[in-house]
Amino acid sequence: MDANVPLIEIRDLVKHFGSVIALSGVSLTVNRGEVMCLLGDNGAGKSTLIKTLAGVHQPTSGEFLVEGRPVSFSSPRDALDAGIATVYQDLAMIPLMSVTRNFFMGREPVKGVWPFRRVDFDHCDEVTREEMHRIGIDVRDPHQAVGTLSGGERQCVAIARAVYFGAKVLILDEPTSALGVAQTSMVLKYIHQVRQKGLGVIFITHNVRHAYAVGDRFTVLNRGKTLGTYAKSEIAIEELQNLMAGGKELQAVSEDLGGMV
Amino acid sequence: MANTTQPTAGLSPSPAVGKIQDERLRDVSLVTRIMRRPELGALAGLVLVAIFFASTADPSMFTLAGIMNILSPASQLGILAIAAALLMIGGEFDLSIGSMVAFTGLVFGAFVTLSGWPLLAAIAATFVVAAVLGGINGQIVIRTRLPSFIVTLAFLFILRGLSLVGLKWATGGSTQMRGIAGQADEGFIREIFSGNALEGFFSWLAADDLVAKFPNGTPTVTGVPVSILWFIGFALLATWILLRTRAGNWIFAAGGDSNAARNSGVPVDRVKTALFMLTAASAALVAILTVLDAGSTDARRGFQKEFEAIIAAVIGGCLLTGGYGSAIGAFFGAIIFGMVSIGLTYTRFDSDWFQVFLGAMLLLAVLFNNFIRRKVTGER
Repeated sequence: MDANVPLIEIRDLVKHFGSVIALSGVSLTVNRGEVMCLLGDNGAGKSTLIKTLAGVHQPTSGEFLVEGRPVSFSSPRDALDAGIATVYQDLAMIPLMSVTRNFFMGREPVKGVWPFRRVDFDHCDEVTREEMHRIGIDVRDPHQAVGTLSGGERQCVAIARAVYFGAKVLILDEPTSALGVAQTSMVLKYIHQVRQKGLGVIFITHNVRHAYAVGDRFTVLNRGKTLGTYAKSEIAIEELQNLMAGGKELQAVSEDLGGMV
Repeated sequence: MANTTQPTAGLSPSPAVGKIQDERLRDVSLVTRIMRRPELGALAGLVLVAIFFASTADPSMFTLAGIMNILSPASQLGILAIAAALLMIGGEFDLSIGSMVAFTGLVFGAFVTLSGWPLLAAIAATFVVAAVLGGINGQIVIRTRLPSFIVTLAFLFILRGLSLVGLKWATGGSTQMRGIAGQADEGFIREIFSGNALEGFFSWLAADDLVAKFPNGTPTVTGVPVSILWFIGFALLATWILLRTRAGNWIFAAGGDSNAARNSGVPVDRVKTALFMLTAASAALVAILTVLDAGSTDARRGFQKEFEAIIAAVIGGCLLTGGYGSAIGAFFGAIIFGMVSIGLTYTRFDSDWFQVFLGAMLLLAVLFNNFIRRKVTGER
């Protein structure tokens, strides 16, 4: 596979929900080993865009290429099979289920012949333990419920799961928005580690500082359109903030408050 | 995957930490592991109830014959309760199972007496009818996204009414259909669904004085009612499916958070539809077992069994919100039910205390389950 072909490329993606135009021509690319930050205020169309990439919604029109080939997903399963894994902010894990069961949910390895086919839980536990160890989460027992993990740990487990199952592109939907400082840095560090493995990451956030900490390029969405894509070297953090907030107004407020919003 | 212990600089714990972690792996206390079992409450409840009756009831309650007396009603309820438990873990309710018992009883009776089909065909057709009805329940719930509580409540009345109307139509005005046992053909299939099993074994036990027998040498318990064997078999199968198979993991996932499950590629709608079909089929099984045993069916069959099944499932550790519970817990829950309802007749207490006991048990179970859930998930 040619390393220069973008992992994901979309051109003029449009999505209508009845009379509501959620996306009116969005274009972006994601390359290997790059963190592409998708920024935008509430209602900018971030969620619709990622759900379209994840196979939850089907685009009304526009091109959607994965590794140069046009695709059309009819379910999240199709997207997963194409190597696009989405980690949702609050829907990543099931708190009542064990770490192992969550980790392998929907992709349980089986052994034995039908009707005695069963999940190979010994293998699952071992893999879970190893993967948790690798990302530095202190899981004493892979049977403990995910509800006992902290928010940052849950995000990391969800990301580790996607990586383990061979994702080429990770879509992270506001992975840091509900987290404290230490937890956020844990997740950001892990995103950095994932990038070094050569995966493409789409990092959705409305926190410019989190984006700037790990992002290589930044695409700003506003009212269903891309305002532009900038490499980190082309744009300063303040400009990015203004662009995302949609102009000077917020800057004025921000200055009134004596700092950055 | 080969070299998994290789730490990545700065991110993975140092080898020393890894070692400590490994030691802690083995250090999950026994108490924690037991606490994590959803059926713990039901087992504890069963022990308490058994102790209560052992100290208050006539000793004949705990003879072999007494235990069969307890297990017989428990097994019929238990088959429903185990299916209800799986469905509850999958995040849905089925309030129509009691009416489903009456309706499938009628369907089965009609297939045997009116169509004159061989027993195997009648049984198979009854299961098909039940599965279709269960599938309809499931599809309505999935497509409309209405709570299953309300959809199946509608079916509770629809099926009960249809049972009445159908019985009158089939019998020419009666709400009871008789003579089913006489019409059903004898043979191997019949023996699987009615009467006692292991009779030879019990005669042998009696001959060797291992079980109580009458003066003429026949054992006081001639065999195990087949419904008890179905009950035990179903409990084991359901437990295995739940804990060891993909389908089991999908049931937990569908009930725990259907969105998260769907996003992870779990076919949630298929899982839920299958569970509704299973619940209806379990009602059909109970209908076939009871109709063949009694030889007749009537419109009041399975009355309020939906509540008893759900209560048994909750006592067995199922959360009303789904995603947590066990089949073996429902098994114990149903035995508690049988033990209390039958056991009171062995005591000097008025057997109408049953309902009081039932309500109290349910309340205790819910409180206990809630506490356990907080423990398990670390909620504060």
